[in-house]
Amino acid sequence: MLGKTAGGLFWMYRYLERAENTARLIEAGQRIALTRLEAGDSEWTSILQSAGVKSAFDHEHDAVTRDAAVDWMLRSKANPSSVLSCIESARQNARLVRTALTGEVWGATNAAYMRIRETLARKVSERDLPDVLRDIRQHTSLVRGMTHGTMLRNEIYDFVRLGTFLERADNTARILDVKYYVLLPSVSAVGTSLDNVQWETILRAVSARGGFRMEYGAGGGPAEITEFLTLNRRMPRSLAFCVDKLRSNLRYLHHGVDGQLPSLAMVDHLERQYLSHDIAAVFERGLHQYIEEILDQLGRIARQIEVDFRFYQ
Amino acid sequence: MTFDEMWGHADRLRDPYRDFHDWFAEEDPARLRAKQREAEELFRLTGITFNVYGRAEAEERLIPFDIIPRIISGNEWSKLSRGIEQRVRAINAFLHDIYHNREIVKAGRLPEAMIAGNEAYLPQMIGVQPPGGVYTHIVGIDLVRTGPGEFFVLEDNARTPSGVSYMLENRETMLQMFPELFSRNRVRPVQNYPLDLRRSLAACAPSGTSGKPVVAVMTPGIYNSAYYEHAFLADQMGVELVEGHDLRVVDGRVAMRTTRGFTPVDVLYRRVDDEFLDPLNFNPDSALGIPGIMDVYRAGGITIANAPGTGISDDKAIYSYMPEIVEFYTGERPLLQNVPTWRCSEPDDLAYVQDNLADLVVKEVHGSGGYGMLIGPTASKKDLAAFRRKLKARPGNYIAQPTLSLSTVPIFARSGLAPRHVDLRPYVLVSPEGVKITPGGLTRVALKKGSLVVNSSQGGGTKDTWVLEE
Repeated sequence: MLGKTAGGLFWMYRYLERAENTARLIEAGQRIALTRLEAGDSEWTSILQSAGVKSAFDHEHDAVTRDAAVDWMLRSKANPSSVLSCIESARQNARLVRTALTGEVWGATNAAYMRIRETLARKVSERDLPDVLRDIRQHTSLVRGMTHGTMLRNEIYDFVRLGTFLERADNTARILDVKYYVLLPSVSAVGTSLDNVQWETILRAVSARGGFRMEYGAGGGPAEITEFLTLNRRMPRSLAFCVDKLRSNLRYLHHGVDGQLPSLAMVDHLERQYLSHDIAAVFERGLHQYIEEILDQLGRIARQIEVDFRFYQ
Repeated sequence: MTFDEMWGHADRLRDPYRDFHDWFAEEDPARLRAKQREAEELFRLTGITFNVYGRAEAEERLIPFDIIPRIISGNEWSKLSRGIEQRVRAINAFLHDIYHNREIVKAGRLPEAMIAGNEAYLPQMIGVQPPGGVYTHIVGIDLVRTGPGEFFVLEDNARTPSGVSYMLENRETMLQMFPELFSRNRVRPVQNYPLDLRRSLAACAPSGTSGKPVVAVMTPGIYNSAYYEHAFLADQMGVELVEGHDLRVVDGRVAMRTTRGFTPVDVLYRRVDDEFLDPLNFNPDSALGIPGIMDVYRAGGITIANAPGTGISDDKAIYSYMPEIVEFYTGERPLLQNVPTWRCSEPDDLAYVQDNLADLVVKEVHGSGGYGMLIGPTASKKDLAAFRRKLKARPGNYIAQPTLSLSTVPIFARSGLAPRHVDLRPYVLVSPEGVKITPGGLTRVALKKGSLVVNSSQGGGTKDTWVLEE
């Protein structure tokens, strides 16, 4: 398989995952804005931070308002991580790797692109927002479903999975990075309505509300939420889950090849150092520092994958 | 009077269209209209688009597809294919000759200047023996028709003929939408083209190749107007689609960068022009090429399809010598006619062209895609005057031909069936194992009433092309 094709697949699925994550973040932001009683747009600041687009936003805007934040994340061409930009980049990469995809996956990607581009051609009103967000998630889900249902489980699929889980781990870590203070046991006055709303945001932003209730019942506070999103191995957006997938797919790719694979060694290291302890150890180390270090390592792993599989040279 | 392929000269239904006509007569136009829209949706979803050059955004457009097939009888086809094979063999022999002994020049049948002074002639190819002796692995011959038995070659495409993906997708679409049509007509299949292409390319692998030859398609990239087709062909053949930066010369071989290192390529079906092939040997500014590939090629380490330097054979000035070329190399009379052509480089011809400009079609010698062309009968006085000045300034840059009354085939227009002018591009594969012509080809149709320009870049559409089994 060509190195370029591997890179194209990796990025196609990173962008698809990012588009979906961004849509989910907007949904969470909108939800809080509607259920909160005090005035102001403060929540959108942390939503922008979670999406990793706050500084670019500030460059173009004087203040954070709901309308501007939603538009920036949904359809701004100046924002490479907006849903529209992501879908365009995903399709561009899909064209590049067209020969590696099944007709069904390509068709679903192209349909997602055409539909979302049409929906996002104009500013989206608050009233239409829920429908638009649903539409985006349905279309990206269709691509994922077609991928799952029609693609051969060979190295092509391994790069698909690497892109997906690297982006997803990054996304979950980012949300924790922005919201870590809400989860610190020392600061939180358990049970206040403010905290409940904040926790809700975090869980909603990773579609984990239902799963969390299943796992912890009606109870469960900040420590449990943190544990759920970092160490739980059955939660499909947790760090441990994503890193586990990175490891298994790198192992498949390395199968039958002599020598060490640097990116795989880095993933093993990340797993050993950060994801093999219990949650008490995490808080002992310091939640903020813990998350920062994981984010940093994810970035390094992504760059090492590029080198290991000759994406660019 | 214009010849219509369905109705002939005299409004009498021609045989090949009989079954189709019966079917059409029973169809509800509203259902057909819905089918036409469905076809467009299908094309859009599959992404069968082409990029338009010279637009600010990398805009992707659909080539309009018309659901009325163009039907050729088996008899007509066997005559045509004999003529095509003869012509393609002659082109190949011609290329070998002009890069080796130049017998045709020595025999006085072709002026030396037509070769030496030609931009498309590559001195780097002199004395080079391409693997299998094949220069033009893939050829598209553009044909037009003016009467029941009258076919003319309008152009030979011996560099990198495009459009074959439309031939295949058009058939696929028709099969999906009108399966019943194919049970009542015995239409010869075209779907084997990708595998035939792979087999034909593999048969041209360098003699030292061990095991199954590694074939790859080379594209200039996703912004190229025919990128869809490049990806389509690679996909259908099951081979890699590469760009210049995926390839490198390693240990005297051209190799592609895979996730596990460099793998040698035996046959490169390149869809880039000669000048972008090798920055060391041709255009030093090209970012697209593979430095040193020509050295590997000359040493017999890779097959390049089509061979570098084949462009000279589809040059429009050379075209005017095709009857001599066919006769010289095959020893036979040409089975397919050339369109009479005036070479503006010759004083007598130029004088004639200038006097009759309003009745002629004038083309640039190196032009393609319908750009830079004058159609006398439909041109304004201003256009004619402007072209006269161009002719005077660089006469050698132009050839002229009479305006042919191209045949028509009906399209499904708003008012029902309406005749529109068409041409035909059959696709030909050449290898040491023989010449293979896919039955049918790409029919391009001018969608505007009366228009003779069928190029997709100028608003032309396409049709499925049937060759009936007799």
